[in-house]
Amino acid sequence: MTSPTPLPSSVDDALAFLTDQSYVADRALATVLFLALRLGRPLLLEGEAGVGKTEIAKVLAAGLGRRLIRLQCYDGLDLGSAFYEWNYPKQLLAIRQAEALGDAPTLYSEAFLIRRPLLEALSPQPGGAPVLLIDELDRADEPFEAFLLELLSDFQATIPELGTLRAPEPPLVIVTSNRTREIHDALKRRCLYHWVDYPSAEREIAILRAKAGGIAEALAAQIVGFVQRLRGLDLFKSPGVAETLDWAQALVQLDAIALTPEVIDQTLGVLLKYQDDIARLRGSEAMRLLTDLQAELSQKPLGR
Amino acid sequence: MAGQIGVTLLNFVRLLRRAGLPVGPAHALAAVEAAAAVGPDRREDLYWALHATLVRKREETAIFDQAFHLFWRNPRLLEKMMGLLLPNLQLEGGGTPPPDLAARLAEAFSHQPPRETETTPDEREEISASLSASTQEDLRPRDFETMTLAELDAAKAAMTRLRLSFPPTRSRRMRRDPRGGRFDGRATLRAAARSGGDLLLPKFTRRRWQPTPIVVLCDISGSMERYARVLLHFVHGLSQDHDRVSAFVFGTRLTNITRALQHRDVDEAVTAAAHSVVDWSGGTRIGAALERFNKDWARRVLGRGAIVLLITDGLERDDPGLLAAEAARLRRSCRWLIWLNPLLRYEGFAPRAQGVRALLPNTDEMRPVHSLDSLAALADALTRPIPTRR
Repeated sequence: MTSPTPLPSSVDDALAFLTDQSYVADRALATVLFLALRLGRPLLLEGEAGVGKTEIAKVLAAGLGRRLIRLQCYDGLDLGSAFYEWNYPKQLLAIRQAEALGDAPTLYSEAFLIRRPLLEALSPQPGGAPVLLIDELDRADEPFEAFLLELLSDFQATIPELGTLRAPEPPLVIVTSNRTREIHDALKRRCLYHWVDYPSAEREIAILRAKAGGIAEALAAQIVGFVQRLRGLDLFKSPGVAETLDWAQALVQLDAIALTPEVIDQTLGVLLKYQDDIARLRGSEAMRLLTDLQAELSQKPLGR
Repeated sequence: MAGQIGVTLLNFVRLLRRAGLPVGPAHALAAVEAAAAVGPDRREDLYWALHATLVRKREETAIFDQAFHLFWRNPRLLEKMMGLLLPNLQLEGGGTPPPDLAARLAEAFSHQPPRETETTPDEREEISASLSASTQEDLRPRDFETMTLAELDAAKAAMTRLRLSFPPTRSRRMRRDPRGGRFDGRATLRAAARSGGDLLLPKFTRRRWQPTPIVVLCDISGSMERYARVLLHFVHGLSQDHDRVSAFVFGTRLTNITRALQHRDVDEAVTAAAHSVVDWSGGTRIGAALERFNKDWARRVLGRGAIVLLITDGLERDDPGLLAAEAARLRRSCRWLIWLNPLLRYEGFAPRAQGVRALLPNTDEMRPVHSLDSLAALADALTRPIPTRR
């Protein structure tokens, strides 16, 4: 089976591919992504919340014209909701019907199977193998991880009543984790690993340009400079790229053309999500950061 | 044979244990018997007799070999010099040992209690008595701080055997249970299919229970020095016993020692833990340590209803306001915060120190941990269901 859009054939290609999709990546990320696609290995992305891990899967699916199948993990996730389930009401009806007609019912066949994301990902899809996003794996519990081992190494899984199912073409797998707990070594071994870090100032400005179109250059530089400074502080939760974008949006909505202490005070909740952090920043600390930033920006503008 | 040689042999066994070999009292007894059987005349015989009784794995031979040659070169001389001359001692044969082995041995030596060459019979009696199991009862109410080294050893051993059975936590996963509350269609249909679809007996599931995650935060600052090592044995026992134990120690900074404690052997584990710590017996900055924990680790290890054991005397040198705020945050992010305080050994303990006053209202309960008795009481207390906070 050939896919309409070919996979990137080099690291440069992968970088260009991501840029086309207005995902501003650094070369490291492009490299691992290229490797994952070339070697057919799952890619495990770890990093703070809001640095764009999930986004990569979405971009990959959109750019390659594949279907995106997303499995959101949560505590207590079991095979019934991740892999497959039998349609019991339908089976019961089939039994009744068979009784009435005097048949022997066939209860375990495709007709009674409810496909959940992982089973979907193993099945052939129009446009080539799908992109399977296993999101926030750290939220599922360890027994579930163990199930994934077979799936991720051989792209196959077993339904006892039907036998082992093997994907005709391996799906492109992206696994993400926020590190609320460590992923087991056995699983890590099957994946390529990459830590997604906060972007550099230049890259973040590029992201702002790409995602929040029409924002004034000067404001963008101020926003990014301020957020980058925040990340340098010892906060309980540093703002991610997602927060930067939200903040830019909020400032545009408020018709702000430049950062002022008042505007920052009003919108701090968009950036910081912990009361302690907000209390610390409000007032003089934000003022100090801003004065610092303005002094620096007047010397050397960011992102030029 | 039971006389001086016996004591020397025991010392040798303890040296091996400190160097990380899993040798227990049974090994020691066997070694004494073996040494008696070959007689004291030939060193080589003694070597192989001890080797046969004290070494259980091929990897252990190297350590045993070094220890033997160092120790038996001249045991009496060595006893005199123990702890003093060791850094200068050269190995026999001039061969340079692998550096880590030598370091472990040197450390094992330097931990040897300084003992006089001529041990009086009384003292010897005391040592051997405290090593035997029968006198452990007497140790139970004793304060760790007042114990002799030998008694501490016995206490450590007892502590390793101490079992804490935390009540399990309800999982979100299900398991089969005929009297469970939720209908299990999958199992029902499968059972029905087995009987050809004639018999439809409903099957049920109920929630699974899983071990409660436990997080230990242990103060190892100067004021806690005497307790810290003993309590590490306690934490080791805990992590051998339970699946999900994360352990941290702090003085002026916070160190994660979870991995170090995963060694099966207590001494190896505690030594490894001590190696990874840079601030043994330094100052205390409890507030700062809790802040680091809250920022770097809380979200990773406090999931799923963890119980936190905070072991400290609460003598804070820093800002008590920070301590109060961080303790409050810690309490909000775990299910139950237990403060284990060795200072509670004093009858008239009153929360007068600033740090104690800052910590106390922000914990769920405070318990003593200065003796085996208090640990046993803790073990009892932790088998009851965890109360819900109001």
